[in-house]
Amino acid sequence: MAIPMDLQVNGQAVHLEVEPETLLVDALRNALQLTGTHVGCDTSQCGACTVHVDGKSVKSCTMLAVQAAGTAITTIEGLGSPGALHPMQAAFRQHHALQCGFCTPGMIMSAVDLLARNPNPSEAEVRAGLEGNICRCTGYHNIVAAVLDCAKVMNSAPSREKAHG
Amino acid sequence: MHTFVYQRATSLADAVAVLKAKPDARPLAGGMTLLPTMKLGLAAPSDLIDLSAIGDLRGIRRNGDRVVIGAMTRHAEVAASAEVRAAIPALASLADGIGDAQVRNRGTLGGSVANSDPAADYPAAVLGLDANVLTDRRTIAADQFFLGMFATALDAGELIRAVEFRVPKRAGYAKFPNPASRYAMVGVLVADYGGSVRVAVTGAGACAFRVPTLEAALGKQFSAAAIEGIEVSASELNTDLHGSAEYRAHLVGVMARRAVAAALG
Ligand SMILES: Cc1cc2nc3c(=O)[nH]c(=O)nc-3n(C[C@H](O)[C@H](O)[C@H](O)COP(=O)(O)OP(=O)(O)OC[C@H]3O[C@@H](n4cnc5c(N)ncnc54)[C@H](O)[C@@H]3O)c2cc1C
Ligand code: FES
Ligand code: FES
Repeated sequence: MAIPMDLQVNGQAVHLEVEPETLLVDALRNALQLTGTHVGCDTSQCGACTVHVDGKSVKSCTMLAVQAAGTAITTIEGLGSPGALHPMQAAFRQHHALQCGFCTPGMIMSAVDLLARNPNPSEAEVRAGLEGNICRCTGYHNIVAAVLDCAKVMNSAPSREKAHG
Repeated sequence: MHTFVYQRATSLADAVAVLKAKPDARPLAGGMTLLPTMKLGLAAPSDLIDLSAIGDLRGIRRNGDRVVIGAMTRHAEVAASAEVRAAIPALASLADGIGDAQVRNRGTLGGSVANSDPAADYPAAVLGLDANVLTDRRTIAADQFFLGMFATALDAGELIRAVEFRVPKRAGYAKFPNPASRYAMVGVLVADYGGSVRVAVTGAGACAFRVPTLEAALGKQFSAAAIEGIEVSASELNTDLHGSAEYRAHLVGVMARRAVAAALG
């Protein structure tokens, strides 16, 4: 039986009717057409489906849509726009931190959460912080470089507000 | 995934009542174990009772020689807690090493303890830190709680409210993580209570267990050297594609020495 629910997605109030077993990622991709959030494994391993729920990174393939009732969600579409990239998106582009790009939305959402908790991480902390995200192309080197550089850019910016995306 | 009835409980009594009325209903905490299990068709509960809106199940507080942590407290909250870091830093670092950041943002203490996965980290802390598991109806001492693989002393429909850990003089946790899953191949928690020492192992057997020979040696002298050369029997340990029982027995000794070093460090 469909359950009515209200939540915020990328700053907008949204009303949805979902089946109890609908996963959050399916509600985002199908009902809301936010297809930037990817499904890589569907078994909670790869992190491609990572979004922020009330500011915290979560694997949206391992959360029921109904569990998100009343929360505020940010997906990759809400982070920045083609004309105004989030500093993390800009750093990924600049450092060539992607090849096929499949893991990238989840990787960026995790990286933004990582810097929100730890604005000045060491390389080891970046690697540990991204343990929940798997990339089969890049070998991680450029991803780590992008996150470290983004930390520098955001720390020197007048306001760190954006870190909380 | 099979369909089910979803319900957000607003109080512990409410949740217990539904679980009592519906034998195939299951509580839902962080969902990090239950939802993947349901996706694989290994569980098909009739109802999911979401515990996340029950305020009483959240939070961390110091109570005398105990640190009391609510069942719905997320791993990330335990890892970041100033209270836990001050009283039992080994427990904060254990929580910080569970799975990955996304798993720690959702997974809960109560869900992990109720599940008693043989490779989970928290069971070593519950047993090693002489904890009590507080449920909706009684208090269960750690030594009586873990009964086997995915088996605990909880009755059907019994809910964990909180876990109270006894603050040690010093403690350390060391795990050898499975390189793919981050679950413990072997994890050892060592806690020194001044004269008596507890050593609890996870990942190696059907469920968390203590090692009396290591406890006795560390009780006399709390140093890594004191347990050098003590053999741990492989006879009841796990063999799987990740490692043999003998390998795990060896790792228990190595992790125990690292845990002692961490406690002293
Ligand atoms: C990719 C990944 C990696 C992981 N790595 C690790 C790791 O390295 N170490 C580790 O220890 N764990 C690991 N986990 C498991 C994780 O810690 C889970 O969060 C935990 O085991 C279950 O907690 P939960 O809150 O998600 O419970 P749920 O999945 O919601 O529930 C688990 C079980 O407990 C029951 N339950 C929940 N709450 C209660 C309660 N209060 N009272 C009674 N019963 C209850 C449920 O009905 C269910 O049967 C990992 C999980 C994933 C997906
Ligand atoms: S699709 Fe969710 S973790 Fe891989
Ligand atoms: S860029 Fe292809 S998976 Fe990461």
